Parts: sequence; structure tokens; C-alpha cells
Amino acid sequence: MSANYGRIVKDGLWDNNGVLCMLLGMCPTMAMTGTATNGFGMGIATAVVMAASNLMVAMFRNYVTHEVRIPVYILIVAANVTLVDLTMNAWMHELYKVLGLFIPLIVSNCLPLARLEAFAAKEPVLPSLVDGTFMGLGFTFALTAIGAVREIIGQGTLFADASLLLGPAFKFLEMRILPEDMGILVLILPPGGFLVAGLMVVAKRMIDLASGKQIQMAGAHSV
Amino acid sequence: MSAAAIKPTWVHAFILGAFCTGFGIILAATDIVTQDPIKERALEDKMTSLGLVIPKSIHDNNPVTDAVVVQDGAGRDLTVYRAMRAGKVTGLAYEVNAGGGYGGPIKLMLGVDPEGRILGVRVIAHKETPGLGDKIDAAKTDWITRFTGLFLGNPPAEKWKVRKDGGQFDQFSGATITPRAVVGGIRQGLEFFGANKSRMMETR
Repeated sequence: MSANYGRIVKDGLWDNNGVLCMLLGMCPTMAMTGTATNGFGMGIATAVVMAASNLMVAMFRNYVTHEVRIPVYILIVAANVTLVDLTMNAWMHELYKVLGLFIPLIVSNCLPLARLEAFAAKEPVLPSLVDGTFMGLGFTFALTAIGAVREIIGQGTLFADASLLLGPAFKFLEMRILPEDMGILVLILPPGGFLVAGLMVVAKRMIDLASGKQIQMAGAHSV
Repeated sequence: MSAAAIKPTWVHAFILGAFCTGFGIILAATDIVTQDPIKERALEDKMTSLGLVIPKSIHDNNPVTDAVVVQDGAGRDLTVYRAMRAGKVTGLAYEVNAGGGYGGPIKLMLGVDPEGRILGVRVIAHKETPGLGDKIDAAKTDWITRFTGLFLGNPPAEKWKVRKDGGQFDQFSGATITPRAVVGGIRQGLEFFGANKSRMMETR
């Protein structure tokens, strides 16, 4: 069976998007989308862990018995998260100061686990790596989008502090869309996360409907 | 999942054990390799945050390593970082827990000179509402810098309050609880200096 990479990429980014379609990974989605920059940082960190975990599970898929697969998957995700955490703290400290808060949260995200179980456990190494990467990038896209909406309406800026996360070269991303004191505070407070995430799910379905696609009511277990 | 035949339990145990051992070794190795760099980074962070409340020009030592431990009013140990020049204490910095903000405790780093004058103060951790209470953060507004140079006496102790409580410090629109906690915290920090001055200044 040759893998359909186009399908995998499209599924990850849009059709079967982890947040907007499968509604997985809601904990970091709610907690880390106060600004677009935070959403982006959380997304990228998750994508790295997902790619690495998918790769490892696919490598070992023929050796792990069905009965103990879940503990092994959790072990692999947790080990990857810790590796990323320690390495970044030691050698990418500036980035760590911004992202450090998010990284342990990746373990509480069930999107990586869902992809291990639904995809990497059955498919060869390369498609699994692609799936992990693009599911992660789809997650990044959703979190950045939710963060952008909350940030623009909540405090009138977009990509505030992006230069702290990505380096001074990205200063140009930092924009002020609305004047100061115009923001609707509730959107950057926790309820805003639920409101905007819900509206984004609706928006995605409306776009799919308008383009004549069938709404994919996919759960975590479809490939 | 071609394993149709039921395998004995020890096979599963062995597989799980092997994975745990393998990843355990990887993690332990990473920990050993990264331990020292992480410690260095933590020290650098501390020095950066101390640099904000103690001017570099007044000391020739490393305040992070020249620290003493003093007990605060509640009997807790508090690390006091000491800036020294030519063996004499020229400045002190310590953390102050400014009790109840709107979103929980606010942590301050307070720097004072040997006369109890504020060299600088910064909020180092808070959970205040973005856009309202977070104006205490030096990254957002310069509100916190107005305390530099003040001491207990200027203004007098009963004026160390926000304007709403009859003091002399401005709150900001939409937030009173946050600046009230910060002003109170700084006053507490100065009182702590007054009460423990001799212990903090003594040099061996």
C-alpha cells in the first residue's frame, strides 16, 4: 500500500484538523491562545513532539504488543517532551523563557496520542513522520488563528512580542490593529478561548459547506 | 497488529520494561549533559533580574553569590543579594511577596541602598488581568519606575498607599487592587529593611 502523501498533508492541515475538526488538544488550545504569538509557539513545540513521537512509534510498531501499546506511547510522548524541555532550557534559553511554560503542557494534549494510535501504529515510518508533522502544523495553524482573533479583538494587537519568540528579525510582525483601550477584555480572558474556538469550528464547517465538501464528522479513530 | 496469537504475559512485561529502560537511559543521559548549562542559564537570569534593581556601577562583586539568608517577619528564610564595593555593602536586593493582587500573589524584586532608599523595583511574577492590572509590569508601562529614589519617610509611612486609600500613589483606570498590592508590598519590603538592617549589612 503506497501512502497518499497529498491526502495526509491535507487531512492534517485542514480536512481532519486536530482542533477544528477532531476537537482534540483543547487544554493547550484554551490556555495558550491569548495571543497569536503564544498560539504559534505552543503549536510549533507540539509539532516537533508529534513528528518525533510518530516517527518512533512507527519504527517500533512491529515490536510493541497490542496490550501494552498505550503505556509505551505515553512513555514515548513524555520522553520526547522532556528531551525537548531539557535541550531548549540548556541551549535555546531565550526561546525557552517564552515557550518553557508551554512545553510540559504537551503531555496533556491527546492529539499526539490520537495520531500515534490512529496512524503511526499502523503505517510505515515515512508516512507517519509526514502525518505527525502536518497534524502538528495544522494544530499550529488553528492555535495561531484562534490566538490572532482573540488578540486583535481583545487587545487590538497582532503578534505582540513575536520578536521575543522568533528573534528581532520578526519585529515587523508586531502590529497594532485597533487603538489601545478599544479591546473587549473578555476575549483574552479564559471565556474568550471557548467562544473563539467554538466560532472557528463553525467557520470551518461553513467554509467546507460552501465549497461543496461533505462535513467530515471524523473522530479520532479515523485515518 | 498481526499478533493474533495470545502471547504470555511476560512478553508484554518484557516489552514495556525494555522501552522504559531504553528511554530512561536516554533521559538520564540528557539530564547529565544539560545539567550544567541549565544551572548557568538560571544564574544568568538571576543576575539579569538583579541588574534591573541594582545599578551595575555601584558594585564590583557578584550579588548572586554574595547573598545572606535572613528570616522575614513570618519566620521564613529570605535570600538577600548584596551588592558590594571594596568590601562595603552598597546595595541590597530581595524578593518581596506583595500578597493579594487581583489574580493571586505578586512577586517583586526590590533593590535598596544602605540608607533604605529604593534603587529600583520590578515585578518578577504576576497573574494580573492583561490590559488592566498588568500595567505594573515594566514591559508595559513605566508606572513601577516612579518608586525609584523614594524611602519610608518620603513619602511618610501613612502616605504609602494608593490615592484611593488616601495615599499618594496613582492607581490606574480600571485597576485599584493591583497597584494597592504593589504599593503595600513595597512598603512591607522597606519595613523589612528597617527591621533587619544590621543583619543584612554586616560583613565578615
